[in-house]
Amino acid sequence: MAELQAMTALGAHDPARVVCGPLTITERIDVALASVATRRGKDLTKAAKAAGVPLAEPGCHLRGMPYCTFWTAPEMWFVEAPFDSHERIAEILKSDLGDAASITEQTDAWVILDLAADDLSPLLERLCNVDFAGQPVGHATRTMIDHLGCYLIKQGPGAARVYGPRSSAQSLLHALEAAAASVW
Amino acid sequence: MIIHHPILGPRDAQEFVYLGDASLIDRPDGMTAGVEAFHDYAYNRDNPAGEHRELWYHEQGDRSWLVVTRNTVTHEISRVELARDVARSRGRSK
Amino acid sequence: MTQSHRVAGGQIDRSQSLRFTFDGLPYQGHPGDTLASALLANGVRLMGRSFKYHRPRGPLSAGSEEPNALVELRTGGRQEPNTRATVAELYDGLEANSQNRWPGLRFDALAINDRLSTFFAAGFYYKTFMWPKSFWEKLYEPIIRRAAGLGSVSREEDPDAYDKGFLHCDLLVIGAGPAGLMAALTAGRAGKRVILADEDFRMGGRLNAETHAVGGVAGADWANVAVAELGAMPNVRLMARTTVVGAFDHGIYSAVERVSDHLPMPLSGKPRQVLWRIYSTRAILCGGATERPIAFENNDRPGIMLAGALRAYANRWGVKAGDRAAIFTNNDDGLRTAIDLQAKGVDVMAVIDSREGGELLPGIRHLRGAEVIDSTGRLGLTSITVRQANGRNETIAVDALGVSGGWNPNVNIHSHHRSRPVWDASIAAFVPGADGPPGLLVAGAAAGVMATHAALRTGRDAAIAALGLAGATPDLPEAEDAPVRIMPLWHVAHGRGRAWIDQQNDVTVKDIKLAAQENFTSVEHMKRYTTLGMATDQGKTGNVIGLAIMAELTGRSIPETGTTIYRPPYTPVAMGTLAGRSRGKEFKPCRLTPSHHWAAEQGATFVEVGNWLRTQWVPKAGETEWRQSVDREVLATRRSVGICDVTTLGKIDIQGTDAGAFLDRVYANTFSTLAVGKCRYGLMLREDGIVFDDGTTARMGPHEYVMTTTTANAVTVFRHLEFCRQCLWPDMDVQLISTTEAWAQFSVAGPNARKLLEKVVDQDISDAAFPYMGAGNITVGGLRARLFRISFSGELAYEIAVPTRYGDALLREMLARGAEFEPIVYGTEALGVMRIEKGHVAGGELNGQSTALNMGLGKMVSKKKDSIGMVLSQREGLNDPSGYRLVGVRPVDPTAKLVAGSHFLEKGAAPVLANDGGWLTSKVFSPHVGCDIALGYLKGGDAKIGNRMRAVNLLSGLDTEVEIVSPHFVDPEGERLRG
Repeated sequence: MAELQAMTALGAHDPARVVCGPLTITERIDVALASVATRRGKDLTKAAKAAGVPLAEPGCHLRGMPYCTFWTAPEMWFVEAPFDSHERIAEILKSDLGDAASITEQTDAWVILDLAADDLSPLLERLCNVDFAGQPVGHATRTMIDHLGCYLIKQGPGAARVYGPRSSAQSLLHALEAAAASVW
Repeated sequence: MIIHHPILGPRDAQEFVYLGDASLIDRPDGMTAGVEAFHDYAYNRDNPAGEHRELWYHEQGDRSWLVVTRNTVTHEISRVELARDVARSRGRSK
Repeated sequence: MTQSHRVAGGQIDRSQSLRFTFDGLPYQGHPGDTLASALLANGVRLMGRSFKYHRPRGPLSAGSEEPNALVELRTGGRQEPNTRATVAELYDGLEANSQNRWPGLRFDALAINDRLSTFFAAGFYYKTFMWPKSFWEKLYEPIIRRAAGLGSVSREEDPDAYDKGFLHCDLLVIGAGPAGLMAALTAGRAGKRVILADEDFRMGGRLNAETHAVGGVAGADWANVAVAELGAMPNVRLMARTTVVGAFDHGIYSAVERVSDHLPMPLSGKPRQVLWRIYSTRAILCGGATERPIAFENNDRPGIMLAGALRAYANRWGVKAGDRAAIFTNNDDGLRTAIDLQAKGVDVMAVIDSREGGELLPGIRHLRGAEVIDSTGRLGLTSITVRQANGRNETIAVDALGVSGGWNPNVNIHSHHRSRPVWDASIAAFVPGADGPPGLLVAGAAAGVMATHAALRTGRDAAIAALGLAGATPDLPEAEDAPVRIMPLWHVAHGRGRAWIDQQNDVTVKDIKLAAQENFTSVEHMKRYTTLGMATDQGKTGNVIGLAIMAELTGRSIPETGTTIYRPPYTPVAMGTLAGRSRGKEFKPCRLTPSHHWAAEQGATFVEVGNWLRTQWVPKAGETEWRQSVDREVLATRRSVGICDVTTLGKIDIQGTDAGAFLDRVYANTFSTLAVGKCRYGLMLREDGIVFDDGTTARMGPHEYVMTTTTANAVTVFRHLEFCRQCLWPDMDVQLISTTEAWAQFSVAGPNARKLLEKVVDQDISDAAFPYMGAGNITVGGLRARLFRISFSGELAYEIAVPTRYGDALLREMLARGAEFEPIVYGTEALGVMRIEKGHVAGGELNGQSTALNMGLGKMVSKKKDSIGMVLSQREGLNDPSGYRLVGVRPVDPTAKLVAGSHFLEKGAAPVLANDGGWLTSKVFSPHVGCDIALGYLKGGDAKIGNRMRAVNLLSGLDTEVEIVSPHFVDPEGERLRG
């Protein structure tokens, strides 16, 4: 059978790149994602260290190669890796972490939008209750944007990654665009 | 209101879903307790004007269930605990 | 028309002129004007008609407390009623119209109400329109509504956008007068994150309206310098045109920023207003004070204003409200107005000072121990009658009168948590009490500190106290520090005419007397009975007078009488601001299914299911009526194969060594015994024994299950599972995560379902290899996928899932590769038809009131293990053999119609509650059966199969003879499923 053609969360073949004044929104389809949760009584910290998976502290995103993680819930993390090399991220992690963790593929559950501007604070204060300016780089939190439960990761004063529910990708993008037009 | 999440610090109560009396943690064992005990568990609640221990769920956050001790008259929150810790301290396990 | 009443000075830009119209007539003003100041500059003081008596009215104030000068601003969709002309910032092209008058402002036919005032006293409609009862809704109420009232709303949609936003700071300063500026300077210089919000478009508060010097320069200039310094601090956010409207728990404040109201229309993409939610554990209320009038007969004529407002118009806007003015005061502040007006060239005819003795103003006729007892002038003030200390009356021709009854601190925000303000006799006003919102301090006039220097000092000290600033204490500029000297006077005891307290609601001293006479003496009762303090101004100028008079009438002190409760918002907030972006199509975000793009290409009709947009049906060429499409989809599926996007069903990944045991606790039936590679229908109860949700759960590995929930309950089931996991069995090794969005899932149903799937999947899925209720990981052209052999339609059916990004391609691939089977895509309507034909429960049956037994699934509740709801499902009342049971229903006459919600009645029984046998929960036309069919809950229904009854719907006038049948209209033995 022919290989199935992927469609982006925004309904296109190629990822979107939208410029709204000083803001650039870049859709990322090159990130593989899985949740990793500690199995009760198992030493995930040790297994993760051995597998090269850096486990972030609560409220944080931690960079590594090839894995980056951010904390999502007590004893649960989302693990990011390059899609090209880690499309089957859940299987790879399962074999690496063994029975220390419950692992679930999350790649297609989310739309990833990278935001870039000189200063994202004026934009984000119209969208969510996160004190973006007051948080350090690497801050990662769940927050509501336009009624949608999203993850927001601060990569710098002018750089952030938003994980939004995939099915609402268009609504999320629209909310970002509308807020950008409001602010700038 | 602001709930001081034990792990995440101050969070707006808008991110939470309210359930009610924290006595819901004290579920009787269905194999030993009878209808009366379950009736009491499911329906009977105190309704204090003052300190109240209640369950809040951080649905738009980290999905932790919290036990929040809140004064129902002033809304003052004096204590916030992870419900899992409270459940264990009350002898719950599996 | 020239600006006949413009005088020198003021903070307006005379180099530019702005054109505007009021009631169609053209005028001019300047940047810096409000609509009220510009109209007054043009000699226009009649700006409205009163609520009840249609009395001619002009502005009473120069601020947001304004009760009278309410106009309809703008036109079309942007028309806004009840806009206070005193705060509406003038822009070029502004259009305003007066309201509550007909045919015009100068001649208003309903001014007849004023002559009939005896009939319109407080509570008149409670007493007058009692009889006959039926006249109220059809006759009395419409007439009253037309006669009384404020502005009218536009019938057009509001074209503007409104934003919401969130701000965080160390200190929120509410109000940018001397206290607020000093507080912000103190905190800002210390490096703290500060928000300074002020409702005015020009910061400075009363400094802009006074002639006092601050730090050796004009107060307004000092304010300008302070604002400039604050504006240069990166840690300070200045928010002009921003009203803090409420204080909420734990340091949350709401504020409305009027981003575009000073413009003809918002700039492209910009919101009209922003509703801010401000998080600040520390705040200082520097909201100033509001002057109050003194009630006397006919004290509501255009030209009679608060003395401080007359002064503000003269000093800030260079406007004299009249050529010949008088002042009526009970305190020293009124005297300032006289001095300032005289300095602006106004003839001050007299200062009527109710206080006996004391110093006299030099160069002004200062009458001590005197009172204003009446006024004349139909559309505007022409004279006042003064009763002098010696008892002689004198008429003085004036066209402006400033009245000062003292100043009320603006305690509102401080009282939003029910703190009761306390009476301070030294200033004859209520000041903030001790039990305000934690973290909120009060400074300046809002705290009852009326002098400029004291305001600066308390502002600075509050910032130091709020933030624990230990370092250098900023020096204060020099400023006046005069004491408050006041002798309370609430109303002038004279005559039989009406003396207004609350001008917006036309509440007079007489109404308070009537309320007292009828024993509505509690302030809350008085408010409801007289309407004192209601509507857009919430009694900012009138409340304290009203309760003081009530205190007088009942022999209580003012503090004993007390104040009504203060509630947000401080000033009116447009509905659009509260809605923000959540309106119309954007009320909630939209969730699109993986097949959405394909379906949209086909011209499918969509239906909202929660936030999901699901395909409802997919019309083919020539189909003009929805039933044609739905019937075809059902028949084609049952004949060959149909595909339906079921991605919306909740999917929860459940892993851990205790996952099976956990499922046994949360489902009424057993899952720990389910074999790997199989799935099972699960029934989830609430603890009270009522069915919560249902779905199939598959065991994908020894410690790995995939649960499905109904689309509607996906969120609540997940919440419930987390509750069970964390609160009830905290040591179980179970991990949960939603995967609803991660997988595109399609139901493939019909006799040719397997044949179609065999063309796309890589594995053997023959009945032997993949039997009924099988589940497993497969591949589709090498791509990871999942397959579940489950059926909702009653046909041989599978659900196939691929990573969401491939959902669209999988659907197209299945349609293309299976073309020989003529597959169709069906929507939620056909899905509903087929599940009812098969007798599966869904929304209408899972109604939150029904048990497993009601649904005919009683045997699923295992009593061999503990599970949520197991114990209470055994309660006697829920196990009555004559209770509701799920049945199928078909009309005896196949052409007859059924309606969901119809009630079962025995033949010949009257349609009364005592005879009610239950109801039809879901109804469809079944192309398979060839007539309407329904499911229903029928009392003792399992014993009534084969009976004939009636389905009665009194609302739609239907009374149909029906046959009670098995709920399984299709393949009751389930042979197709297993085929």
